[in-house]
Amino acid sequence: MTDVADMLVDSRQVLTFILAEEEYAVDILRVQEIRGWSAVTRIPNAPDYMKGVLNLRGAIIPVIDLRLRFGFGARAYDQTTVIVVVWVNSGDRQRSIGLVVDAVAETYAISNDEMSPAPLMGAGVEPDFIEGLATLDEKMIILLNLDYLLNSGDLALDESGSE
Amino acid sequence: MSIDLSQFIPTFLEESFEGLEVMESGLLNLDANDSEQINAIFRAAHSIKGGAGTFGFGHITEFTHVVETLLDEVRGGDRAFTPSLQSLLLQSVDCIRMLLEAARDGVECESDQIGTVHQELVAELEGGAPAPATDTPQAHPADTGAQQQKGWLIHFVPEPHLLMTGNEPILMMSALAELGDTELSVLEDKLPEFSELNPEELHLAWQVQLFSDCSEADVREVFEWVEDDCELTITPLMDTAVESAPAEEPAPQVDTPVEQPTAAETPAPTTQETPKTAAKPAARKASQEAGSIRVGIDKIDGLINRVGELVITQSMLSQAGSELAEQDLPAVERLHEGLVQLERNTRDLQEEVMRIRMLPISFVFNRFPRMVHDVSAKLNKQVELKLSGEQTELDKTVMEKIGDPLVHLVRNSLDHGLEPPEERLAAGKDETGIVHLNAYHQGGYIVIEIKDDGRGLNTERIREKALENGLISPDQPLAESEIHELIFRAGFSTAAEVSDLSGRGVGMDVVRKNIESLGGHVSVQSETGKGSTFTVSLPLTLAILDGQLVQINDEVYIVPLVSVVESIQVADSELQGIAGEGRLFRFRDEYIPIIHLRRVFDVASSAATASTSLMVVVEGGGMKVGLIVDDLQGQQQVVIKSLETNYKRVDGISGATILGDGDVALILDVAGLIKIGLEPTTKHELHRKNEQLQVEEEALA
Repeated sequence: MTDVADMLVDSRQVLTFILAEEEYAVDILRVQEIRGWSAVTRIPNAPDYMKGVLNLRGAIIPVIDLRLRFGFGARAYDQTTVIVVVWVNSGDRQRSIGLVVDAVAETYAISNDEMSPAPLMGAGVEPDFIEGLATLDEKMIILLNLDYLLNSGDLALDESGSE
Repeated sequence: MSIDLSQFIPTFLEESFEGLEVMESGLLNLDANDSEQINAIFRAAHSIKGGAGTFGFGHITEFTHVVETLLDEVRGGDRAFTPSLQSLLLQSVDCIRMLLEAARDGVECESDQIGTVHQELVAELEGGAPAPATDTPQAHPADTGAQQQKGWLIHFVPEPHLLMTGNEPILMMSALAELGDTELSVLEDKLPEFSELNPEELHLAWQVQLFSDCSEADVREVFEWVEDDCELTITPLMDTAVESAPAEEPAPQVDTPVEQPTAAETPAPTTQETPKTAAKPAARKASQEAGSIRVGIDKIDGLINRVGELVITQSMLSQAGSELAEQDLPAVERLHEGLVQLERNTRDLQEEVMRIRMLPISFVFNRFPRMVHDVSAKLNKQVELKLSGEQTELDKTVMEKIGDPLVHLVRNSLDHGLEPPEERLAAGKDETGIVHLNAYHQGGYIVIEIKDDGRGLNTERIREKALENGLISPDQPLAESEIHELIFRAGFSTAAEVSDLSGRGVGMDVVRKNIESLGGHVSVQSETGKGSTFTVSLPLTLAILDGQLVQINDEVYIVPLVSVVESIQVADSELQGIAGEGRLFRFRDEYIPIIHLRRVFDVASSAATASTSLMVVVEGGGMKVGLIVDDLQGQQQVVIKSLETNYKRVDGISGATILGDGDVALILDVAGLIKIGLEPTTKHELHRKNEQLQVEEEALA
């Protein structure tokens, strides 16, 4: 019993995906849907990582390419390319945003002991985008801070609020 | 009862605001002899008081109580309905509204006005000589004084469903006990056999002898919430006659006005409330409740969204079905038939659902009688307000946003349009000016006209003003109607004649901006000396729009059909040959700027360059432009979706929609597009070219 309870408190389920040979993770409770890549409607005059908008069962959701967002350089979309749709807390509301990633990998339970704080990173990945690192089976997993990442840049909330 | 009453507060407030509207319009049109109307006003005040008491808004109860008492005296004929009383009561309506708003926002209402009005009301109540009444309350005790009354006999037979409405007889009984000593007897003759007993139904009745000097109204108040769900007879309990009153007391006996000895002390002589008047509103209330239900707007929005999805799914299916149509299979035939039917039903369903949100425009018009009343008094003008087409329906969301622009237009008519009485008489017109508000449907639009028979727009003044503000150049020839349109231009301010009424910093340009942001249009016709008419046309709903699909490369955009003037094919040479590097195009008798959507939206150019282009001439923000596109596709009704829900506002785009194939298409915001698509140099050149054109035309003439 105690073991289970401890697990519930001290660990969390994450979904991992591959981006430029690295494995990234997001909290599984944030994942709304995973869908294959399909063409999106371009938004005029948006930055290159903003791929456009998509019809998700009637909701219009923006889709960003995480590779381009992190400045990793483009990779042709193929069979494994997927859009991971996640919930993001933005101010006092929740938004759905799609993330284009190279492929989905696994789900893990990561305990807090396995987590370590984010080191300084180079190459476009601001340290604030990262919630922490975890080492599992000799493998490093980067846990993303979605609320920070997806409320920055082109996805920043309008200062005037949403009207 | 541990029911959380606070959940009902929003409903109470909503109903109270409606009640205030009833009171206001009733007070404005009150004919002293129209007892029906006085009753309606009184009932509205009474429900607000009752509700406020239940929810613990003590100050509202207190304030409304005085108003109610005054109204009751008017109703009973004990007090004359004078213009000063009318004005005082109207002010108290404002005060109650303020108090309710404060209660809604959870703040303390700090206005001094309330205290002042409250004092005036009390003064009126105490000092105001009850004027014409022949039978003053004091007259009554003489009639009935012979018999000594010692209380009330109450016969209470609730309907079986009383418990299900959340009412509890025991609480009523204990409330009665608070008024005085009670003797209770339970009548159980209607109790069914135990085997047939439904424990959720109430089959008991009570007979109560209440020994108290309270008024009948106090007793009625206890049963206030169950009035419609029970049989209630209240008879005075006389010293001589105890228990003699039969259970089925005939109404007439209660009808005799009975005054208790303490009438002088009780602030509300509501004993005039006879069962006759009490029964009537109850009956009406019941019939109204059968006719409508109150539903949260979010539920309806959810329904509309779902139906929107259904429409999209349906058009996806139709498209798939038409692709199958070539195959000669019996099943395909049946599929096709089914799809046709589905389409029809979906359209009907969509229309019906949209209609749920439609409300008659009287909700907006209702505020004008009061406003005209106040404003005309302030301006010393005599004004008659005519309303017509109040039943014309439009979407609630449109209605919420159109109120302020309309108020501005009406104020404008009262302030600037109508002349003072002397001036009207001098001009050979009736002293009383007329403002006419009219609404009607035209196509998918609602048209609202604000018409006055005043002096009309002063063409010369407007011209001077526009010159001063640099909106036009001195030698620019303009038709009269074009000059009139100038009042909608940003930067056109009649600051010199600002009054505290119209000059509230909201110009006509703001009115137009607000109306256009709703996808509507405003224009003015005016004739000097005869009056002016402002015409506002608005889409019936903000949830769907008629769109023209245009294609640029392989991207599809939607132009709102309302802003499309014309679509024409132009040779590239025509676009290139004109001075200003193809930025202007001669469209009929004016030059219009050209916006290459491909450039503005940074679309990758396709390899093949056609020698002709398609131009969609659109109008927005008071100017026309030509949009260059690759291809025109069909016209289609689309469901508007916000980009801001999950993303943010995009310049030049007003929203998005989902096409039949499930793809997203962006809807163009024409006014916004003009803002980002036109450089200042183009605007200057346009100005110069059009002036030049005018000069040439004049030379020809």
